[in-house]
Amino acid sequence: MDSHLAVKNLIQKYNEKEILNVSDLEVKKGETLVILGPNGAGKSTFLRILSLLEKPTHGEVFLSGKPISSLSDKLSVRRKMVMVFQEPLLFNTTVFKNVSFGLKVRHYNKAIVKARVENILNKLEIAHLAGTSASKLSGGEAQRVSLARALVLEPELLFLDEPFAFLDIPTKEALMEDLTKIIKERKLTVICVTHSRDEALAMADKIAIMDGGKILQIGSPEEVFNFPVSESVANFVGMETILEGEIVEVQNGLLKIKTHGQEIEVANDSKPEGKVLLGIRGENVVLASFNKVATSARNKYKATIVEIISLGSTLKIYLDCGFPLISLVTKRSAEELELEVGKTIVANFKATAVHVIR
Amino acid sequence: MSLIWEGIKEAVKLLLSGDQEVLQIALLSIKVSACAVFISMLLGVPLGIFLALTDFFGKRVFIALVNTGMGLPPVVAGLFISLLLWRNAPLGFLNLLYTPSAMVIAQVLIAAPIVAGLTLAAIQQLNPKLRLQALSLGASRWQTIIALLKEAQLPTLAAAMAGFGGVISEVGAVMMVGGNIRGETRVLTTAIVTETRIGHFNIAIALSVILLALTFGINLVLTHIQQKGVNLWTRTWR
Repeated sequence: MDSHLAVKNLIQKYNEKEILNVSDLEVKKGETLVILGPNGAGKSTFLRILSLLEKPTHGEVFLSGKPISSLSDKLSVRRKMVMVFQEPLLFNTTVFKNVSFGLKVRHYNKAIVKARVENILNKLEIAHLAGTSASKLSGGEAQRVSLARALVLEPELLFLDEPFAFLDIPTKEALMEDLTKIIKERKLTVICVTHSRDEALAMADKIAIMDGGKILQIGSPEEVFNFPVSESVANFVGMETILEGEIVEVQNGLLKIKTHGQEIEVANDSKPEGKVLLGIRGENVVLASFNKVATSARNKYKATIVEIISLGSTLKIYLDCGFPLISLVTKRSAEELELEVGKTIVANFKATAVHVIR
Repeated sequence: MSLIWEGIKEAVKLLLSGDQEVLQIALLSIKVSACAVFISMLLGVPLGIFLALTDFFGKRVFIALVNTGMGLPPVVAGLFISLLLWRNAPLGFLNLLYTPSAMVIAQVLIAAPIVAGLTLAAIQQLNPKLRLQALSLGASRWQTIIALLKEAQLPTLAAAMAGFGGVISEVGAVMMVGGNIRGETRVLTTAIVTETRIGHFNIAIALSVILLALTFGINLVLTHIQQKGVNLWTRTWR
């Protein structure tokens, strides 16, 4: 696949303060890159630079191999791309006129404008709103119109700046489903920034973790979520338990690591030495009562429940096994096991479920 | 009290009788002020947009100057234009002093900063991301400016109203540069001053009633246009 969008040595400074520094990044044609990071990480600034809405202090953006951020006439390049923002940012006019804005500024004739606008309104199931004033729309409808206004342009590149952030969960899920379908159908190259792990996993072919203006890790969702390269990435992708330990034994791809006076077995083919940082995802920690302890898991610990926090359909269970451990269980399992604070149970996790971060 | 009553009766009589002089004075008032507001919009709207959308060294000082201009005393504007148009002054060769054109120029000096200042405020109160959104949708710089102006059309209309209100009611500048010449440069405000000075209170009141009715009528039309869009302006999602 060809590189569609790339950046080299991009630096952005506001009042001499560096807020963005991305040395290298490449997005291939038809690929969806999700930039995941906390608020204030520099994600939106990065997106504005990529979409030629802001000039970088240093560095260059390339579209299909050609430098574009240093061009004097950016309009023709900007017309190949479009951005959808967090807020719908609709104009004070009807839905039809909003959606036709980009086509009109490109001087398309009326018949083409009408046909294309009607087509996209139908596709996003908002054709019935064509004559409605933008100020009378619900949040979900307004964001659908905003997406329609972008997609009607049939752009090469679609930039999404947290477009679902203000939407309730059912509205968000429905809109994401429709958008993902259109993206795949049209083989669009998409760069989406978000701070939501769920959105990232639902949309991404590739995920970049950004914090402090830098890309900390980039890779497939599986790589980034399961093999975070640093503690901050691990924290951000939801490695609930992070432990510091020391390697005490290395044998046949199995490490024995001592932490808080306990030993943890870790499957790892590399041979790290000395102190290491371990990450364990909450969904990989299985809880069992004392009479059901026969499992294939290499790590089994007697654990006391310290705290239980409800996350909707799941519960986050904070355990004390001599070291702190977090498990995610469904409400139903918690009821069957009669989990409550102070109760002692058995916590299991496989040696393959422990990730050596460094 | 009877004086006021007499004045109102006189006003009605003058209006109904279609007095040629009063009609001519009222028409000149409208012509001069409308012309001044039109030119002020041509100058003030682009200036307001420029100040809102560009960054340059000394911008704040410039905005402070515009804001000061919004409160410029009409007599000062009148004095300034008189000094420019005086026979031996730099623009004296134009022979404009004591003509309606001089009155328009003086009123532009009063209204243009009002229009510029209010246009600047109208653009600045829009979501700054709206500009980025328009650019991102493929609008050129001019197309973006037009889109933003459309978004700010109601407050910009308010700028026109404020400008018109400011000039139709001022007396100092038109008196100085127009000279209040009967049949030539006498407008409602200067006529009111003159009639009051010579003790014709009833005529002064009559002219005041006409001035008030005129101002009210024009503002009523503009307010009607402005309020039509209010439900669109309050962006509340249901």
